Amino acid sequence: MTDTPTPDNRSIERSWAHRFVLANRASLGTMAVFVLMMILFFIGNPAVFSDYRIYYSVLTTLPVAIFVVVPMVFLVTVGEIDLSFPAVMALGAWVFALCAQSGIDPFISLFAGVAVAVLTGAAIGFIVVYGGLSSLVATLGLSFLIRGGILIATGGKSIAMLSLKDTVAYQVLSGTIYGFPVQMIWAALFVVASVLLYNRHKFGARVHCVGDNPDSAEQMGIDTKKVRVYTFVFMGFGAGLAGIFSTMINFTWWPTTGDSYLLPTLAAVFVGGTPTWGGIGTVIGGTIGAVIVSFIQVGIVSAGLDGFYVQFFNGLIIILSLIGHRWNQIRYR
Amino acid sequence: MGERLIELKEVKKSYGNVFAVGGVNMHVDGGEVVGLLGDNGAGKSTLIKILSGVVRPTSGEILVRGQTVHGWNAGKSRDAGIETVFQDRALAVQQTIVRNIFMGREITTAFGLLDVAKQRSEAERLMREIGFTSKVFSPDSIVGQLSGGERQGVAIARAIYNKADLIILDEPTTALSLTETEKVFRFVRNVRESGRSILFIGHNIHHVFDIAERFVVLDRGRVALEITKAEVGSAERLIGFMEHVAHPTGANPLDQAQNEAAR
Ligand SMILES: Nc1ncnc2c1ncn2[C@@H]1O[C@H](COP(=O)(O)OP(=O)(O)OP(=O)(O)O)[C@@H](O)[C@H]1O
Ligand SMILES: [Mg+2]
Repeated sequence: MTDTPTPDNRSIERSWAHRFVLANRASLGTMAVFVLMMILFFIGNPAVFSDYRIYYSVLTTLPVAIFVVVPMVFLVTVGEIDLSFPAVMALGAWVFALCAQSGIDPFISLFAGVAVAVLTGAAIGFIVVYGGLSSLVATLGLSFLIRGGILIATGGKSIAMLSLKDTVAYQVLSGTIYGFPVQMIWAALFVVASVLLYNRHKFGARVHCVGDNPDSAEQMGIDTKKVRVYTFVFMGFGAGLAGIFSTMINFTWWPTTGDSYLLPTLAAVFVGGTPTWGGIGTVIGGTIGAVIVSFIQVGIVSAGLDGFYVQFFNGLIIILSLIGHRWNQIRYR
Repeated sequence: MGERLIELKEVKKSYGNVFAVGGVNMHVDGGEVVGLLGDNGAGKSTLIKILSGVVRPTSGEILVRGQTVHGWNAGKSRDAGIETVFQDRALAVQQTIVRNIFMGREITTAFGLLDVAKQRSEAERLMREIGFTSKVFSPDSIVGQLSGGERQGVAIARAIYNKADLIILDEPTTALSLTETEKVFRFVRNVRESGRSILFIGHNIHHVFDIAERFVVLDRGRVALEITKAEVGSAERLIGFMEHVAHPTGANPLDQAQNEAAR
C-alpha cells in the first residue's frame, strides 16, 4: 500500500485472518463439508467412528486417490482433463509387477513403472496438445486403447505379488510404523511438494495463466503447448505412483487396476473447489475432496447403512458441494 | 537517431485470401517515438502482432538490430527487448496483479521457485511509478476486479518492468478517462526521455501528433504515408491527409503543403 495520503479512502485494510479466509475459501468450504459429514457419521455410529481401525482403513487407500487427484487439479486448472489416467495406473503398475516378479529390486521396479507412466503421460499430452484435440474425447479414446492393449497382452490375467511383503521396499513404501500406514507419509510429501509447485513455482504460475487465458499467455511469450504437455506428464507421474501403490496394497496386479478411480477422482477435484473452467483451483481443496470421497465409502457402510446408499450419498455430497462453491467461485472475465 | 532496432521488409499477412498486411516496409530506430495511424481494420494491430511475434507473417523478413531473425515468436521478441501493450491487454483476469505483471517473466530463486516477496514489492513499485496509487487494490488484487483503466495500468506496468528498448502501445488510451489518458502520456514522455523507443497506435490524431516524431499511416494493409513531424507541420494537415487516404477525391493536401512550402 502507498503511504501517500490519497482522497481515495475506500480502503480495504483487512485483518490477517480475514485475508486468509478469503484466499482459502474454496478449501475451507470443502473442509466444512468434511467436518459436517464426519459429525453425521459419528452420530450415526459412535462406536465404529471412535475406533482407530476405520481411519486406518481409509488412510491405507487414501494415498492412491491423492496421487491422482492432485495432478488432476493441475490439469483442470490448465484447462484440460484426462480420462485415461486409470489405464495409465494399470500400465505403470503392470511394468512394476512384471519387473518385481522377474526378481528385479522393487525400488528399481517402481522406478521403471513410474518412468513408463511418465512417458505415457508425455505421449498423451503430445497427442492432445499438438494434435489440437479435445482432451475429453481424446483421453477417452486413449483410455480404451491403453486398457485394451493391456487386456490383449495379458489375456486378462492378474499377477500375484505375495513375495513383495517381505521386502525392504514394501516396508519403506507401504508398510506401517507405529500402526500408521507409511504410504500416507509419501502422499503427504507429495501434497506439500505439489502445493509448492502449484502456488510458489514458475510452472504453477504458468499453469494458472495458460488455463485462465491461453491467448494472453501466448502473447506474453509463454509456450502454452509445452506447459500443457508438462501438466499431462505430471498426471502420468501421479497415475504411475497411484497404480503401483494400489498394487502393493492388494499384493496383486489386476488388468483392471485403476478402473474404480475414474469417477471418484473427478468428484474429489470438483468437490474440492476447483472450478471446471480453468485458471484457478486448489490442491489442498482437492486433497480434502479425496479424503471426503474416501470416507463416504467406508463411512456409510460402517454407519450401519446399506452399501446401496454409497452412490446416493456420493451424489448428494457432490451436488451440495457444487452449490456451496457457487457462492465463492466468481468467474471474472 | 540510434541504431535500427527493428525493421520489416515486404511483410505480408493474409487471412484466407484477405491481406490484413500486404507488403509493409517499416522500421523503428533507437530512441524514437513512431505513431502508427490508420482506419479501423487498416492492419495496425496485425502489424504490431507481427513485430511482437504473436502473429507469424505469411511472407517477408524481420530484422532485429540489423540481423534477420528466424522462428520469431513472442518469447524471442521479449528477449530482444520489445514489450507490447496489446489492444486486448493480454491479461489473465482471474489472477492477481502480481501474477499478471510477471506473466512469462517470473522472478525466481532456486529451482524455479517464485521470489514472492520481490515480485510483490516490484509490482507495488511499478504501480506507484505509473501513478496507480489507489488504496482500493493491492498487488494481490484479482485483475478481474479492476476497472478498464486500472487493467490498462497493469498491462503498462508489465511492459515497463523489463526496461525494454522498444515499447509498443496499441490504442492504450481507448476507454480511458482524461486523467488516465494524461497518465499514459506522462508515462510515454518519461520513456522517451529515458532514450527508449515507442511505437504508438492511436485514433486520436492530436494525441499521436503530440507524442510522436514520425508517423506511419496504414491503409488497407499498406503504408500509405511515412512522414516526420517537421515535414507534416501540424495535426490538422495530418488529419487532412488521412481523410484524403480514406476518400481520395480532390487534391492531395500534402501536395498543397509542398506547394505552400515552395511559395
Ligand atoms: N485472426 C484473424 N482472422 C481473420 N481476419 C483477421 C484476423 N485478424 C485481423 N483480421 C482482419 O485483418 C484486418 C486488419 O485487422 P487489424 O486488427 O490489424 O486492424 P486495426 O488496424 O488494428 O483496426 P482497429 O483500429 O479497429 O483496431 C481486418 O480486416 C480484420 O478483419
Ligand atoms: Mg487494432
